[in-house]
Amino acid sequence: MRSKPFTSPLHATGFYVTVVFFAFVTLFPLLWVLKMSLISSTELFASPPTILPESITFKSLTAGTCPLFAGIEVPCPVNFETVFIDPIFIAGLANTLVIAGITTAICLVVGSMAAYALARLTFYGNKPTLSLVLAITFFPAVAIIAPLFLLFQKLGLINTYWGIIIPDVLFALPLTVYLLVAYFRELPEDLEEAAKMDGANIWQAFFKVTVPLSIPGIVTTGLLTFIYAWNEFLFANTLSFDETVQPATVVIPQFASTYTTDYGAQAAASIILTAPLVLLVLFFQRKIVAGLTAGAVK
Amino acid sequence: MSVATERAPSRGIATPWRSIKGEFGDSDKRTGYIMVLPTLVIVLLIAAGPIAYAIYLSLWRILPGDWTFVGLGNYATLFSDPEFYTALFNTAVFTIGSVALEGAFGLTIALVLNRGFVGQGAARAIAIVPWAFPTVVSGIMWRLMYTDQVGIFAYIADSLGLVDGPILANTTAVLIGAIISDVWKTTPFVALLLLAGMQVIPLDVYEAARVDGATKWQQFTRVTLPLLRPAIMVALLFRTLDAWRVYDLFWALTDRSLDSLSVYTFKFVRISQLNLSVGNAAAVFVFLSSLLIAAVFIKVLGTRAQEA
Repeated sequence: MRSKPFTSPLHATGFYVTVVFFAFVTLFPLLWVLKMSLISSTELFASPPTILPESITFKSLTAGTCPLFAGIEVPCPVNFETVFIDPIFIAGLANTLVIAGITTAICLVVGSMAAYALARLTFYGNKPTLSLVLAITFFPAVAIIAPLFLLFQKLGLINTYWGIIIPDVLFALPLTVYLLVAYFRELPEDLEEAAKMDGANIWQAFFKVTVPLSIPGIVTTGLLTFIYAWNEFLFANTLSFDETVQPATVVIPQFASTYTTDYGAQAAASIILTAPLVLLVLFFQRKIVAGLTAGAVK
Repeated sequence: MSVATERAPSRGIATPWRSIKGEFGDSDKRTGYIMVLPTLVIVLLIAAGPIAYAIYLSLWRILPGDWTFVGLGNYATLFSDPEFYTALFNTAVFTIGSVALEGAFGLTIALVLNRGFVGQGAARAIAIVPWAFPTVVSGIMWRLMYTDQVGIFAYIADSLGLVDGPILANTTAVLIGAIISDVWKTTPFVALLLLAGMQVIPLDVYEAARVDGATKWQQFTRVTLPLLRPAIMVALLFRTLDAWRVYDLFWALTDRSLDSLSVYTFKFVRISQLNLSVGNAAAVFVFLSSLLIAAVFIKVLGTRAQEA
């Protein structure tokens, strides 16, 4: 990163004030909703609103009330307790993990092979294939919900995990392929060439040399694919009916309808669904930013 | 160099068979095809197939057990529905408003951040936090902040006398609210894309401009902007198409009370099954209009790139 000195202390102050302001605006909704999730309902309805939380009430989560904390007795802010003992919300979280996990696994297996071929091998139709896959990024998902609905009805895939995973894979796959193509292109070819000299075929070079060398890139890609699948809403909302398969993104707006005026519980549910992603992103930020911006530059 | 870069010697139109044999006879190339095959199958089976089917379905009136060919009848119904125009209007206002603001703010932030400084990693990490949010959740969170009695923005708007009555009951206010939520969520991402674009502009270009006596403003308009144009266009294309298909945000933020084209389509397809066909015509409309937007962007991108 280029580093030029600030021309004056005033310049430096102005710069940092801008940066802090930007950071504040960016984080404000998260912090504010976190505050809403912690305070008592009396404080929630206070006018003017309090700036910092003043009344945090706890309730004990006990064995039997929440499957997540079975056997352990932990104090828990009261709104979070409301969410944690809601069986539909907990089921939604579990469904999200299953759907996003399987989607990511499929995308990584299918996408890494395609990305390797597109990055390394020369064959007829190589470039158009990449363009076709990337074009999916621009594809409006809503355009295919009616055909998928009719089709999945016939195939018995409505209200099943696979019914949601299949379209999720389609829309996550371009991201997977694109990130991995960028990653494989950066990887030096020498070791693969050496393996081929020793008589390895392409599959062996790919599985025994490229994949092990690309673990950091594959982890980042998997993470971004997982976040994408975690956040998916349209297909899940169209193709699932009940809590046996509905992921948390579908449950949470319903949750808002069920607990219409329990704003604290809605805030807590939002925080619970967001916290894992925020932590992942903060932990892997350098790699994620590099991955996401890789293509815009080239 | 590598075996893979050697091309089959002949691929004349006169001998298609030999060229096909050349492609598949070469084991490296065959491996290439096998490796992309699963991806291609997924794309064709789940995207191309259904969109073709959607276009076909849009020509039929579909009731359970009763399919009637109606030609463009569904489109006629669609284009005579006032609610369709409301959805179209909302989507257009949302797209133009959010993309314009995201472009302007994103560029400004990228310009400010385009230097080495202490805390850069932290700033970048903060910038991707909103991006990682599920859009539905961001909709719920902003809804909470716009809600009467408990929402901070409801309180501020009320104190300043900006809105008559609750924000969430006022269509215009909600639309503006949706734009604000979207700008909050995606501006940092646009800024990161543009920043990445700025950082590959070589420093000597600026040096040369400075030697020639260019002011800061001239450096920006004559050096940064032209060299950044591809990155700007890519970011705007992404954002425009994403905003045009807005669904999650409208759904959660307005509790389905405000229609976008996608929400309108969904309601017809999924909620009112009797209107599946009209919903499907709306879906085809969203698809074709997205295609048109992409084509316009790519045309502009292409010609501008040639000029530069």
